[in-house]
Amino acid sequence: MTEFLTAAVGFILAMLALGLVSILRGPGDTDRMMAAQLIGTGGIAALLLLGTVTGVPAAVDVALTLALLATFASIAFVKKGLTNLEADRTGSMEDQ
Amino acid sequence: MSLARDIITIAAVSAGAFFFLAGTVGLLRFPDTLTRLHALTKADNLGLGLVVLGLLPQAGTLRDGLKLISIWLLGLLAGATVSQLIARTARQGETTR
Amino acid sequence: MSIAAVFEILLAAVVLGLGIWTIAVRETYSATVGFVAYGLLVALIWVRLDAVDVALTEAAIGGGLGGVLLLSAAARLRDAEPMAAEAPGKVTRASAAALSVLIAATLAGAVLHLPDSTPTLAPTVVANAWATGLANPVTNVLMAFRAMDTMLEKVVLLLAIIGVWSLAPDNAWGGHPGPRHQADPDGVLVFLARLLPPIGIVVGIYIFWTGANHPGGAFQGGAILASMWLLAIMAGLTDTPPVRRRWLRFILVAGPGLFLVVGLGGLWFGAAFLAYPPAQAKPLILGIEVAMILTIAATLGLLLTGAPERSVK
Repeated sequence: MTEFLTAAVGFILAMLALGLVSILRGPGDTDRMMAAQLIGTGGIAALLLLGTVTGVPAAVDVALTLALLATFASIAFVKKGLTNLEADRTGSMEDQ
Repeated sequence: MSLARDIITIAAVSAGAFFFLAGTVGLLRFPDTLTRLHALTKADNLGLGLVVLGLLPQAGTLRDGLKLISIWLLGLLAGATVSQLIARTARQGETTR
Repeated sequence: MSIAAVFEILLAAVVLGLGIWTIAVRETYSATVGFVAYGLLVALIWVRLDAVDVALTEAAIGGGLGGVLLLSAAARLRDAEPMAAEAPGKVTRASAAALSVLIAATLAGAVLHLPDSTPTLAPTVVANAWATGLANPVTNVLMAFRAMDTMLEKVVLLLAIIGVWSLAPDNAWGGHPGPRHQADPDGVLVFLARLLPPIGIVVGIYIFWTGANHPGGAFQGGAILASMWLLAIMAGLTDTPPVRRRWLRFILVAGPGLFLVVGLGGLWFGAAFLAYPPAQAKPLILGIEVAMILTIAATLGLLLTGAPERSVK
C-alpha cells in the first residue's frame, strides 16, 4: 500500500511537471495564469497522498492552506497584482 | 475489512491518477487557452476528488474524513470560479487584438 | 532504487528546473508565476522532510503573499520605465553565477557530510515541554524558549510597515493605500470574495489554534487571514482603510506591545524578562498569540497594499 501510494504521488508529480512545462511555455500571460490553479489541484492531491505515505497527519492542514492560498494567488494573477496602474479602464478587467 | 478498504483506496487513487493524466494530456495537446483551461479544471478536479475518495477509507476519524471532503469542496469552488475569471481574461485578450 | 527515492529525485528535479526557469525567463510576469509555483512546490519538500510548520509558512508566504508582492512590484516597474538602460555586464553576471554556484556547492557539501548523529537540541526542547504545557515543540521554541526573537521579529514587521508608509507622496499622507478596486457586483469575483473569506477566516483561526499542539501557529494563521482580507479588497467589496486611523495603528502595535507588557511583567513579578510562571504559561502564551495574529494579519495585508496613494477626503 505504501509503495503504491508513493508511486501515485510520483506519478501525479510527474503530471504536474509536464503540465507546468506546457503552461509556462504557453504563448501569453493568460496561459501562465493557470499555473497557480494547476499546482492548487495537483499539489493538494500530492500533499494528501504524501501525508498518508510518510505518516504526517498534519499534511492535511498544509493541503487546506494550499487550497486557500492557491486560489488567492490565481485571482491575484488574473488581476495582475494589487496595483492597477496599467489598466486603461477604471475598474477590473473581468466582470464588465 | 481492511482488505476492502485497501481495494477501494487503490481503485480510487488509480482512477484519480488516470484523470490527472488525462488533464495533462489535454494541457499538452489542446490548441488554445480556453480548451486547455477546460482540460485543467475539469479533469484535474475530478482527479483530486477521486484521490480524496480513495484516502477516505484510510482516514482515522470522522473529523479527518470531513477535513478531506472539505478540502475537495474548496478545490471545486476555486476551480469553478477561477476558471471563469481566466476565461474572461482570455476572451478579452482575444477581442482587443 | 526504491520508489520513495525515485519520487524524491523527481521532486528535487522539478523544483530545481522550475527555479532555473524562473531565473532564466525574460518577462517579469512569467518569473513571478514561476516563483509562486516554486514556493508552492517547496512546501511539498518541507512536508517530505517532516517540517510541517515550515511547509505551512512556505505555502502561505512564499506561495500566496510573496507572489502578490512581486506582482505589484513588477506592475510598478513596468510603468516606471527604468532609467538604467544598461543591464549588468557579462563579467558581473558570470561572477554572480560563479559565486552562487560556489555557495550552493558549499551548502550541499556541508549537508551531505553531516555526521550521523547530528548535534541537535530537539530532544531537549521536547523534554522541556512541561514548562508551557504545549505539545508543539516549534511553538514552544517560538513563544517560550526564544520568545525574545519572536517579539523582536514583530517589531521588525512594524518597522517594515513604517518604511512602506514613508513612501507616500505628501498629499496622500495618512490616506488609503493602493487603488480602489471595482468589480461587477453580480460577477464571479465578487461571488468568490463573499464566499471564501468566511471559510478562510475559520481555517486561519483553526491553523492558529491548533498550533498549540500540532503544526501551525499565529504566523501562518495571520497570513491566511491577511490573504482573505486582500481578496475582499481585490474584489472591491471593501476599501483599504486610511492609515491614519487610530484603531488600525492600535492593531499594528497590539502584538509586540502585549509581548513587551508580558515580558516586563516577567521581569517585575518573576525571574527574568519574558519568564512565564509555569502555571500561567499556557494562557499567557495564547493571549499573546491572539494579539499577534491580529497584528500579523493587519501588517501583512497593509504591506501588500503598499504606500498610501489616495488622500482621505
